[in-house]
Amino acid sequence: MDVSWITAGYLISAALFIFGLKKLGHPRTAPKGNQYGMMGMAVAVITTVAQMQLGDDGIISWTLIIAGILTGSLIGYIMAARVEMTGMPEMVALFNGFGGAASALVALSESWTYIYEGRAPPTGLDLPVIVVAAGLSALVGWMTLTGSLLAMYKLKGGVKIFGKWIKTPTWGPAWLNPIKGILFFSVIGLIYLSINDITNTNYLWAIIAISCILGLVLVLPIGGADMPVVVSLLNSLSGIAAAFTGFIIGNSVLIIAGSLVGASGLILTFIMCKAMNRTLGDVLFKSFGGSQKQDLTRTKVGVDAEEVAMMAEGAQKIIIVPGYGMAVSQCQHQVKEFADLMTSKYETEIKYAIHPVAGRMPGHMNVLLAEANVPYEQLTEMDEINPEFANCDMAIVIGANDTTNPAARGDTGPLAGMPIIDVDKARTVVIIKRSLSVGYAGVDNDLFYEDKTMMLFGDGKAMMADLNTAIKEL
Amino acid sequence: MTPEILIGSITLFVLAIFLGFELITKVPSMLHTPLMSGANAISGISVVGALFGANVAFDGGNTAISGILAFVAIVLAMINVVGGFAVTNRMLKMIAGKKRRA
Repeated sequence: MDVSWITAGYLISAALFIFGLKKLGHPRTAPKGNQYGMMGMAVAVITTVAQMQLGDDGIISWTLIIAGILTGSLIGYIMAARVEMTGMPEMVALFNGFGGAASALVALSESWTYIYEGRAPPTGLDLPVIVVAAGLSALVGWMTLTGSLLAMYKLKGGVKIFGKWIKTPTWGPAWLNPIKGILFFSVIGLIYLSINDITNTNYLWAIIAISCILGLVLVLPIGGADMPVVVSLLNSLSGIAAAFTGFIIGNSVLIIAGSLVGASGLILTFIMCKAMNRTLGDVLFKSFGGSQKQDLTRTKVGVDAEEVAMMAEGAQKIIIVPGYGMAVSQCQHQVKEFADLMTSKYETEIKYAIHPVAGRMPGHMNVLLAEANVPYEQLTEMDEINPEFANCDMAIVIGANDTTNPAARGDTGPLAGMPIIDVDKARTVVIIKRSLSVGYAGVDNDLFYEDKTMMLFGDGKAMMADLNTAIKEL
Repeated sequence: MTPEILIGSITLFVLAIFLGFELITKVPSMLHTPLMSGANAISGISVVGALFGANVAFDGGNTAISGILAFVAIVLAMINVVGGFAVTNRMLKMIAGKKRRA
């Protein structure tokens, strides 16, 4: 049988990826979509090994192949099994960086064979195609690696060096934007120059170094709330890197799967931007709030847990609005306990209002609350829950700020036009927060100063625990 | 690579990009992270390229550098693939799984 028939396996693999991505977009079919993706990957790997074994050279040595697959699978599996649900966003960013690095390393390995290992460099049409593809794969791949690593540490909030906690910086003056452009075009220029001088290693190292720096300066100015968008964009880029790698080795499944991920990742990035009422350009090139934080001129007296418990006594309907503060203090279990207490004591109806960008990743709140066994039906998306605030006795906001700020309804300011959760329509509003400080957008929140708002200052976990004790003692 | 093969590859590339744009339309926000992580696992497909590169004679420390680079690429790509699918699976069990049981 002709070996080239084996490559039909790549077609099956590509089809499985397409079905997989399609199904991942719907809640009911998502688990199946993930399985399709796994099958597609297994088919691709088996096809590749078969193609090599039956090809002209056969498999020269199994050692690196088997060792690589086993080591990578084991590490990946252990990392995925050990990670806490709250650490999920960082993990996705890290995996993404590895994917980008893998594509870039394949490009480097290919170049290495021409430069040092005496393989005949490509000639004719192959020459520009392979050099350009390898250069672009390196550009996107290394950029994805450094960008994703920085994104991971930004999501973590900092890094521990010799026992000292160092906060990840967010820094992006306007003059950094032209620098990004210069770096990008200098890589393109270097790729063009290297076509005529394929064995010159200076070009190779310069492309790698500049691409790494580009990844860092691209992510450096971007702050917390925009991080998911950037991780999604980097995910799209790692797909594109894989597609370019496909051009180097002339492999169809790499091209198809890579560009599928690149395109669908980009669409997902746009969907996420839209949920925040931001454009991709704003996310990448305009630092969000941050630099010009509003000074606080007003104060508000805080309340204690007993007062909140008294207000909550006998409530018929309470809507809980979780935000990043819940993720930080890990208080989802206390929140669930509160809900159970209220339901068993007063038959209170409890619902959770989920803002599309609450937390550090879309779906962050869903995952945390699901971990605490909150029933799925109680989690309600923003558009659905907003009309219900008018007849709710109490809204409890846990560590959320910008997503509840009525200033977003106006026409001016950094928040203008962002969809918000209408907590201010509730009869009483309880806000659990460390201080009155501004949120990520740097805008003061009028909601805090309203008469019906009770500020419960403190750590989310401690305050929820106090509240639960107070309710038990009522 | 003949011009026919090159133009064929470019055709695949462009069509797959169009398909990717059409594939994702409305996604509920709670699925954004699992979708991203699942797509991310698929981008580990570069393992295929790494496998070809790692098919060199193994000779301990004297193994061709290109083979070592490809080996590292296999490890990183497999972490991406296995870790990515496993993490997605865990997230989906929490989000989508709850709905079915209820």
